Amino acid sequence: MVGERKMATAGKIAREVEQMQTPPVAPEAPAAADVRSVPLLFEESAAGRSGADIIARTAGDRDAAAILGAALCRDDIPGFPELSEPQVMRHFLRLSQLNFGQALQFYPLGSCTMKYNPVLNDEMASLTGFSALHPMTPAHLAAGALELMAWLEGALAEITGMDAVSLHPAAGAQGELAGLLMMRAYHRKRGAARHKVIIPDTAHGTNPASCTLAGFEVVVARSNRRGFLEAAEIRRLASDDVAALMVTNPNTLGIFEPEIAAIADVLHERGALLYLDGANMNALLGVAKPGHMGADIVQLNLHKTFSTPHGGGGPGAGPVAVKKHLAPFLPLPRLRQDGEAWSFDYDRPDSIGRLRGFHGNFGMLVRACSFILALGGNGLTEASRFAILAANYVRTRLEPHFPSATAEPSMHECVLTHDLEKRADVNTLDIAKRLLDFGIHPPTIYFPLVVHGALMIEPTETETRETLDTFVNAMERIYAEALSNPELVRTAPHTLWLSRVDEAHAARRPVLRWQPDKE
Amino acid sequence: MRFFPHTESDIRAMLDTIGARGLDDLIAHVPASLRASAAINLAPGKNEAEIVAELGSLAARNTGASAFASFLGFGAYRHHVPAAVRAITARAEFATSYTPYQPEASQGTTEAIFEFQTMITQLTGLEVANASMYDGASATAEAVLMAHRVAPKRKRVALARALWPDYRDTVRTYLSALEHLELVEVPFDPQSGATDLAALERIADDRLLCSVIGYPNAFGIVEPLGEAAALTRRAGAIAIAVTAEPLALGLLKSPGELGADIAVGEGQSFGLAPQFGGPGVGFMAARMAHLRQMPGRLVGETHDRFGRRAWCLTLATREQHIRRERATSNICTNHSLCALAATVYLAMMGRRGLRELASRNVELAHRAAATLASAGICARFGAPFFNEFVVNAGDAAAALARAERATILAGLALDSYWPELGGALLVSVTEMNTQSEFDRLAGALAGVN
Repeated sequence: MVGERKMATAGKIAREVEQMQTPPVAPEAPAAADVRSVPLLFEESAAGRSGADIIARTAGDRDAAAILGAALCRDDIPGFPELSEPQVMRHFLRLSQLNFGQALQFYPLGSCTMKYNPVLNDEMASLTGFSALHPMTPAHLAAGALELMAWLEGALAEITGMDAVSLHPAAGAQGELAGLLMMRAYHRKRGAARHKVIIPDTAHGTNPASCTLAGFEVVVARSNRRGFLEAAEIRRLASDDVAALMVTNPNTLGIFEPEIAAIADVLHERGALLYLDGANMNALLGVAKPGHMGADIVQLNLHKTFSTPHGGGGPGAGPVAVKKHLAPFLPLPRLRQDGEAWSFDYDRPDSIGRLRGFHGNFGMLVRACSFILALGGNGLTEASRFAILAANYVRTRLEPHFPSATAEPSMHECVLTHDLEKRADVNTLDIAKRLLDFGIHPPTIYFPLVVHGALMIEPTETETRETLDTFVNAMERIYAEALSNPELVRTAPHTLWLSRVDEAHAARRPVLRWQPDKE
Repeated sequence: MRFFPHTESDIRAMLDTIGARGLDDLIAHVPASLRASAAINLAPGKNEAEIVAELGSLAARNTGASAFASFLGFGAYRHHVPAAVRAITARAEFATSYTPYQPEASQGTTEAIFEFQTMITQLTGLEVANASMYDGASATAEAVLMAHRVAPKRKRVALARALWPDYRDTVRTYLSALEHLELVEVPFDPQSGATDLAALERIADDRLLCSVIGYPNAFGIVEPLGEAAALTRRAGAIAIAVTAEPLALGLLKSPGELGADIAVGEGQSFGLAPQFGGPGVGFMAARMAHLRQMPGRLVGETHDRFGRRAWCLTLATREQHIRRERATSNICTNHSLCALAATVYLAMMGRRGLRELASRNVELAHRAAATLASAGICARFGAPFFNEFVVNAGDAAAALARAERATILAGLALDSYWPELGGALLVSVTEMNTQSEFDRLAGALAGVN
């Protein structure tokens, strides 16, 4: 039975790939404007239309302009949209159809963890008791929200093996900044300002940018030929002026840093700290806890590992977890428990302070709670194992034409290369664009920077084997096309509402807003 | 687990392909000591009904969310959110997409961001706006850092004392590593509640980097932004206007028209529920001359191979993924879906509706102030205000407690943020409040039941 099912699935995929439409090599320019393009709101406006409710004025109220004085008020908002509600709805619904999304397409964007975002999470976040709750509500009238935050702090501490968690930062990069400022405060408190942070050459761009913002000079550590960081390299770079090493584990090649514990020891011997970027936490659930690796600080991205939606670029949330010795420096406010009741504590003299208004991206915290409750300890543990299974499966199947950039075993993502640039003058961007024709969002490309023409693939634990097979088959087919018909790949995509977008043009002549007198 | 699709035979077949015997083979290279202690000690997974019950009971304990008439504001506002906003932001095509690095697969997101950028420039009266920031407080900090890039030789940052404490604290944190910069607080006039222009003038010299003024400020006061900006610019410094109640920009003269160089703020009022403080959406607008120093994502117009109009992220050479340690900011993920909510909201309100709603807020707030005044609860400050105002409540804590017993969240006692404002209460009014609530508020604050 099992064998039959396997055959049937394989056959189905083979047929699907056969039937994938082959677009013309040099498509004709469209005769008329594509019907799928959507005019701007401003272009659809007509004077006098409105989608706003009319709010009746109370008899006897003076007009606002009379109250404030005309000198303070504007006459108009020139160019502002004027549309009815049905127009607004059609506009945005049609726009939605021009997007790929994880819920609709396979979206194996490396380092971004595009897993399924459970719909229940959104429903929980929109409960009136959470969504309508004002941030300045007295603590005793917001007891459920505070308890939820306390529970999530505890759950994240357990998952990461750390001692204390702050849910304050708005996103991973802000979590990084929080972590770096905490290190700065920690070293100063110990009487020794340190000015350098070591960052491996495989790091995400936010790491060095956050270092600059926190006043640190970046020292680049070289990963070895096998793609990981050696304790010897850190020993070579460590000095009394090094505040920390900031490292992602698994690193951006998708491989577990095998010497991480030894590296932590080297750092700690020199009085430096280990900052672990938790961007790739989806590989570590129930596999290895950052706290046990010797990490002093970890930041998490709830919009990656903990399934809150990416929203086309946020909002996310970037909790930061620390060991005890760094807890006094965590951002404000902190949660405090008096008896049964939780409240916010602002009296923390060593805190780095706040990095944003109020208490965190609470709506995202509710979603992450909903996710962690749904999976539980057992489900989280399975999640990482299935994510690792999927990445290694894709890597193995693609090995003949898209070999891995490293011989080390992959964790939750794999970084692949190819020889099409030499063989066919087809580059990684071309492959990415051609994948769109197969209804697949491309992987992360040209990253990490240490791999030429990299394809960074993170399939996650929520995709079926059939989907992974379809992806593999599409990649194989693109490889063949690149050799037989390179122009087809170089000019992709061909089947979307747009052909390839000229990104260089946008930067040469920046048009960043609509203006009525533009024509 | 219902999110995982793997059947036993899938797992077997995938392991066979890889050449592994079991799932744990795949992590055998992770040091054994780490694996041995990695078990997650949390309760087993719950089903949907259990989660609904558990989180539902927590939500129900937040009685402050709905059981009270509320006059809380101070940077987060209760406005009606049209159903259209939620209907659009709930679309998985928007909600489950990533930052639009592949423009061909993201024209929905990029066009909406272009519209957001355009409307922010229209509201602020400036020339360029970015795709969003995290929130008003961090956008303010980023604006100061941006000013520092524009004028790197200047050292002094003038922060209005009448800014929200969270905003001032956030600026302080973001600047903590730039030790050569000096933060100076510009006091407010105790009679008017507006920033003391004479005090600003005294520090407006060639050391001044920027001034940061609320518009309206934390007391709801419509600051004399034009004068403040003129003083700042005369000293060759950069005028930054900060708005936490962006609805005000529908009615008040725009920061750009009044001479501000950078306008930042919080967009939560535009279609987002308060959500206990986040996520909201920060916005930032500036002059084209400062474009290259702006932080964050920008969407620009371009075309495809056949000349059809298209949109894409642009000018990324300012950003962390290209410039790394020399980037203008470390921001990566911003608040895109919240910016979409604001875009839908503003499209619904439109040119007339936004102004009408802003006007209604002013009118209602002034009617509330009059109702309180006639009960003997008088305004603390004399300058014009938008939809928030400060009153003298005597013993503010006692007044708040009385109001709470009458199921009213009467506002915010200000003395913990400004010790000089003992007895002061900030009362915030929106179109969600009614005259009968004003009457109840007046009765509770005056101690008449």
